[in-house]
Amino acid sequence: MELTVTGLSVARGGIPVLEGLDFTLRAGEALILRGPNGVGKTTVLRTLAGLQPPLAGTIGLEREAMAYAGHADGIKTTLTVRENLHFWAEVFGTRRIDPALSAFDLTGLADRVAGALSAGQKRRLGLARMVVTGRPVWVLDEPTVSLDVAAVALFAQAVRSHLANGGMALMATHIDLGLAEARMLDLGPYRAKAPAHDDFDGSFL
Amino acid sequence: MKALLLRDIRLAVRAGGGFGLGLAFFLIVVVLVPFGVGPDSGLLAVIAPGILWVAALLSCLLSLDRIFALDWEDGSLDLLATAPLPMEALVSVKALAHWLTTGVPLVLASPLFALLLSLPVEGYLPLVLSLALGTPALSVIGTFGAALTVGLKRGGLLLSLLVLPLYVPTLIFGAEVARRGAAGLDMAVPLAMLAGITFGAIALLPFASAAVLRVNLR
Repeated sequence: MELTVTGLSVARGGIPVLEGLDFTLRAGEALILRGPNGVGKTTVLRTLAGLQPPLAGTIGLEREAMAYAGHADGIKTTLTVRENLHFWAEVFGTRRIDPALSAFDLTGLADRVAGALSAGQKRRLGLARMVVTGRPVWVLDEPTVSLDVAAVALFAQAVRSHLANGGMALMATHIDLGLAEARMLDLGPYRAKAPAHDDFDGSFL
Repeated sequence: MKALLLRDIRLAVRAGGGFGLGLAFFLIVVVLVPFGVGPDSGLLAVIAPGILWVAALLSCLLSLDRIFALDWEDGSLDLLATAPLPMEALVSVKALAHWLTTGVPLVLASPLFALLLSLPVEGYLPLVLSLALGTPALSVIGTFGAALTVGLKRGGLLLSLLVLPLYVPTLIFGAEVARRGAAGLDMAVPLAMLAGITFGAIALLPFASAAVLRVNLR
């Protein structure tokens, strides 16, 4: 399996932010998107996840291959950790949630109501959802926000075992995950040019 | 789909889910009307079908903005949109969950509230029938309105303005079924019209709701 992105242009709020993005990701590889705030990392990831159409270019894999995790974790605060995860497992047609719980050290919290978790614990629950989706390409937007050092290590370990099983991971992050095998892609050079000024009058002069 | 339905019902009945909201509002309106128009049971019996239908419609409206707003706020809606579930199925399940938690309790409680408005006994069955047939349309049309306004902070006002005109045909024919039933008249025509509105809405609106939801999530 291979994810090939060619000539991808994306827009946010109707304004093009990035253009001509090309990269290839093979099974077992991870790619980390870098760039200053506002460069369009989230927009690229949402486009790849199929939440918005690209302006131009092609994405070589079906959106059904992608599992997306955005800034919000999609956690219902009145359900328990187990109920939250079990719901996503059923939606994605996978039944086992115990590996995901143990991968993110949530087993002891499984019957706690999600509203009572700390921010970092909620984030771990949100990331554990990626494991239960059973999809090959993880698309992660700032996955390490509010995680402590130990939890970042847990996350890196989860990504590593996902890659070892032939998965792929694409993420936007500012911190060093300790994933030596991950490639970096700086989005700065792909910034969209300002749209050419419409020189309607000039063409008559 | 079953998982989503069960989750939505579970969320509605747990603390803060707003399960009793519509029912409580229904009760308040029905209790207040005799204070407003006077205790004359003859007059109340005449206006009871219309009052009950308007009260049911308004209590349905009250909970519409919760259909998508909560899922949008906590990010679940984005995640559900990437799940292996067609958007049309998603909005249909959402509408069904809304009906089960709002419409069905109203239908079941309506004979009790009809008693409070001294509706003639022979009007109970037509009232329950008209509400059972009409409230699914209210949920499906309301889901469409909720999909249109998802992502707007405090979109409740806009949602009400958008949805109320669409509710008018259901209200007219639903109340007409209940009124004719209470008066012992033939109610086949309004009943057929009400059924037509409901089934038409169920068949067509999920596609419209899914289309606007896709655009709103961009």
